[in-house]
Amino acid sequence: MSVKQGLLALLEQRPMYGYQLRSEFEARTGATWPLNVGQVYTTLARLERDGLVEPAGEDGEGHAFYGITDAGRAAVTTWFETPVSRETPPRDELAIKLAIAVTVPGVDVRGVVQRQRTATIRALQDYTRLKARSGDSRKPAELAWLLVLDSLVFAAEAEIRWLDHCEVRLARAAADRPATTAPAAAATTARAEQVQR
Amino acid sequence: MTGVLVLTGVTRVHGAGEAAVHALAGIDLDVAPGELVAVMGPSGSGKSTLLTLAGGLDSPTSGTVAVEGIVLGALSRAALAAVRRRSIGYVFQDFNLIPALTAAENVALPRELDGEAPRQARALAVAALEEVGIDELADRFPDDMSGGQQQRVAIARAIVGDRRLVLADEPTGALDTETGEQVMRLLRARCDAGVAGVLVTHEARHAAWADRVVFLRDGRTVDETGRAATAESMLSSAAS
Repeated sequence: MSVKQGLLALLEQRPMYGYQLRSEFEARTGATWPLNVGQVYTTLARLERDGLVEPAGEDGEGHAFYGITDAGRAAVTTWFETPVSRETPPRDELAIKLAIAVTVPGVDVRGVVQRQRTATIRALQDYTRLKARSGDSRKPAELAWLLVLDSLVFAAEAEIRWLDHCEVRLARAAADRPATTAPAAAATTARAEQVQR
Repeated sequence: MTGVLVLTGVTRVHGAGEAAVHALAGIDLDVAPGELVAVMGPSGSGKSTLLTLAGGLDSPTSGTVAVEGIVLGALSRAALAAVRRRSIGYVFQDFNLIPALTAAENVALPRELDGEAPRQARALAVAALEEVGIDELADRFPDDMSGGQQQRVAIARAIVGDRRLVLADEPTGALDTETGEQVMRLLRARCDAGVAGVLVTHEARHAAWADRVVFLRDGRTVDETGRAATAESMLSSAAS
């Protein structure tokens, strides 16, 4: 998992204790994927078990520092040199929802598409506002946060484009379908939906 | 509150009888000072027609278009041209700068056409170029500028003098993603400074710079996002 490698890569810069690691991680990712300190210590314990980090003493306040080992450095290099696996697509609730919706009679699929697009555009507006407020991209941590925001922006945009595409495909499929029961039902829900708006 | 641009029940029909096409059907839109509204929709949904009507380049079949409280349909041709020169700025995908004129001359042109003395028009042009951050390029010709710089000049031209309505038609269409974002940041900043903006785009990424996004389909508004969310909801949505 990326948290493990991410923390390891941070330790390559200098030994740190759990709370510091969490702050450094979140400075770069803007709390997009929040970590709790417990998670950080569990991860550190696993990294230590695997010989990738080792205890590096305590400071006066009793913070337990961890440092990276040679094996850990090699693992960081491998992480950066290896593309992220795309073999198993992550589970996508929206794709699953639409795939099921088109096969279940009586579902207003265009309504599902439209509501999702509005929600995703709103999320996209939120990310864009965060971007508008972000600081100087010449600072490494700000640049890191901007890249994370860009990733969220492009993913949301891709989803919207896909929804547009679904809408066109659904309209075409509805037009091609022989005039039996289904188009009548779809027309009724479409009309009901217009009335609601 | 009365917006800088107010469309009320705007319908535009091309052709007549059986062959009539409703390019727009009963559109209401109110754009306040300081507000940027994005219009999205598939091709043929009426986005461009909406912008053409808002700019007074075409008239609605029914309904009214008002700019700064002036109903465009009630104006003589000369009066309409004057409103367009004084109040409305355009930004196009392909910049539409005049190649034989420098940046400052391009920006000053609408003011000069409106009867402003050349020296005064130039001063306004330089001020507008300053607002978009490229006053040092004032004496450069469009061919010696990058696409992003040319679009900045076009935005300066759109806001020169006291123009308070900017109509932008795919302003990022000819630019790479990073330059496109800079243009959107600039447009956003001009709106934050009090300009009312309407942005037509098919790119959700750019539409997201707007305060509101309006979706058109077959000439009708099918959906609209509301006003800004709170900071808390931003973080929780970013985290999910």
